[in-house]
This record gives sequence, structure tokens and C-alpha cells, in this order.
Amino acid sequence: MNQNEFMQLVNPFKDKLFRVAKRLLVSTEEAEDATQEVLVKLWNRNESLDEYKSVEAVAMTMTKNYCLDQLKSKRAGNMKIVHNNFTDREASLQQKVEDSDTWSWVERIMNDLPEQQKLIVQMRDIEEMEFEEMSKVLEMNEQAIRTALSRARKSIREKMIKTHHYGIG
Amino acid sequence: MALDRIEKILEKYFEAQTSIAEEKELKDYFNSPDVAQHLEQYKPMFVYAVQAKQEQFTATIPLKTNKRKSVVWLSVAASVAVLLGVGLFTFNHYNQPEQENLGTINDPEIAFRETQKALAMISESVNKGIGSMGYLNEYEQSKNKIFKK
Repeated sequence: MNQNEFMQLVNPFKDKLFRVAKRLLVSTEEAEDATQEVLVKLWNRNESLDEYKSVEAVAMTMTKNYCLDQLKSKRAGNMKIVHNNFTDREASLQQKVEDSDTWSWVERIMNDLPEQQKLIVQMRDIEEMEFEEMSKVLEMNEQAIRTALSRARKSIREKMIKTHHYGIG
Repeated sequence: MALDRIEKILEKYFEAQTSIAEEKELKDYFNSPDVAQHLEQYKPMFVYAVQAKQEQFTATIPLKTNKRKSVVWLSVAASVAVLLGVGLFTFNHYNQPEQENLGTINDPEIAFRETQKALAMISESVNKGIGSMGYLNEYEQSKNKIFKK
């Protein structure tokens, strides 16, 4: 496979990989690095790519694993997490007032979800993936995914209704 | 669109029992301008879901690694070939003249004498070797004295 063929193969889902990476890593630069890393790894496996049934699912799994590793190593080397949570909440309250009518605070609500729920909401509600595909990438059964998804959607709703009431009151 | 249908789908949505098609229906409804007031609070969720899908990966993908690798291997192979070539050449060059130096003798008389000399040298050293075999005889005799047949 030459570079052009590879790009054609990768083009339909490279944005998807990037968005998933960004959901987990939050920062655009880090998400770009992660996507590049995954695509280069995929390119180096060039010869064996034909063996996979779905290159997209493989790429998605690689992205997920890469980002989770990235977060793990960041956490191991950074002890300020508790403090960060604290300041984050204060900032978001202030911003909630500023942009209560835009969708950007939905993003902030999603940032507070646990990683697994973030991934599941991203894959289902934004990328519109079927449960069957998701269970391959996440290595979870469909029922467990549904449970986590329901929990995530409800907690987004809860936080949203709260801010909605703040907006009125 | 029927409002109670949307309400029903919405309920299923929070239990994660909706299909992709039903979820698309919700997205379409909440992204339209007229959303019922009591459902207004859910609007941001579905507006965001549609907006978030617009984001694109714009960075370039550095795909040169594979080519560079093969160039490296090519140069390694080339240098090995050159080294082998030079090595073989010098090896042959220095070893050959010594083998040719043995030469031949054309005059039969000199050749005869030279051969005799060489054979005499061999027999001399063989005799020297046999000389020390004489001791073995002593052993043989004493052995025969002890173990009589």
C-alpha cells in the first residue's frame, strides 16, 4: 500500500479518531499528537492491514488505548489532580453564567464524566456508532455499555437541569 | 412532529434503549427552531452532539518513516557489499604470490639430488623417532617375564 492509498483508507475516520482523542485528553494539541501517533503506527503495520476486518475499529481501539495510557502516565507524574478539580469547578461556575445559552458548557459537563462514560457518550451520541462496533473497541458487552451510557446521559441531564434552573433563578 | 412521540423516545434515550435512527430523530427535533418549552432544557445536549461532530483533524500525518527505513537498509546493504568486495580483493592479492613461489626445477639431475635430499631429511627424522621406540622393547621383555604365556 502506498501513501495515497493509505490516506484514502484513513480519511473517512481520521476526524473521528481525533475527536475521540480530544474527548479524553481535552487539549487540542495533545489530541493531534495522539492521532498522529496512532496513524503512523497504523502506517507501519501497512503489510498486515489487509488482515483486519475493520481498520477503523482497530484504529479506534489503538486511539482509546493510547489516550488512556497517556492519561495514566500523566496522573502518575502529577499530584495536583485534587487541587485542579477544585479550581476547575469555580471557573466553570463563572463561565456558566457567561455562556449559559451556548452548547459549550455541555462540553464542560462531559469533561467531568469518568473516562469510560466519556468514551461511550462520544462514540454513541456524537459519532453515532452501533453498540456492536462499540463493544469491539471497548472490549465490553453491550449490556454493560448500555448501563454506562444510561448513567452518563442521566448525569449530563441532571447537571444541565441544574444550570438551567440557575439561569432562570 | 408528534410531541408525545418525542417524549417517549426521550424517555427511552435516557435508559439507553434507543436506536441510532431514533437518536437521529431526537437530534433533528432539538436542532429545529420550534422546540416545546418544557423540553427546551434538553436542547443543548442534542445541539452539542451535532456541533461536536463538525470538528476536524487538520494536522498533517508524518508518513515518511517507512521510506526512510528502507533507505537505511539499502545503505547498510551497500556498505556491507563494498566491504566484502575490498576484503576479498586484498585477501586474494596478498595470498597468491606465496603459493606461486614454490617454483619447479627443470634440470632432472638437480631435481634428483633435491628429491634425495628431501627424502633423506624425512628418513633422518623418522629414524630419530624410531630410536626412542627402543625403550619399548625393554617393557616388552619385562612384561613377557611376568605374564608367561
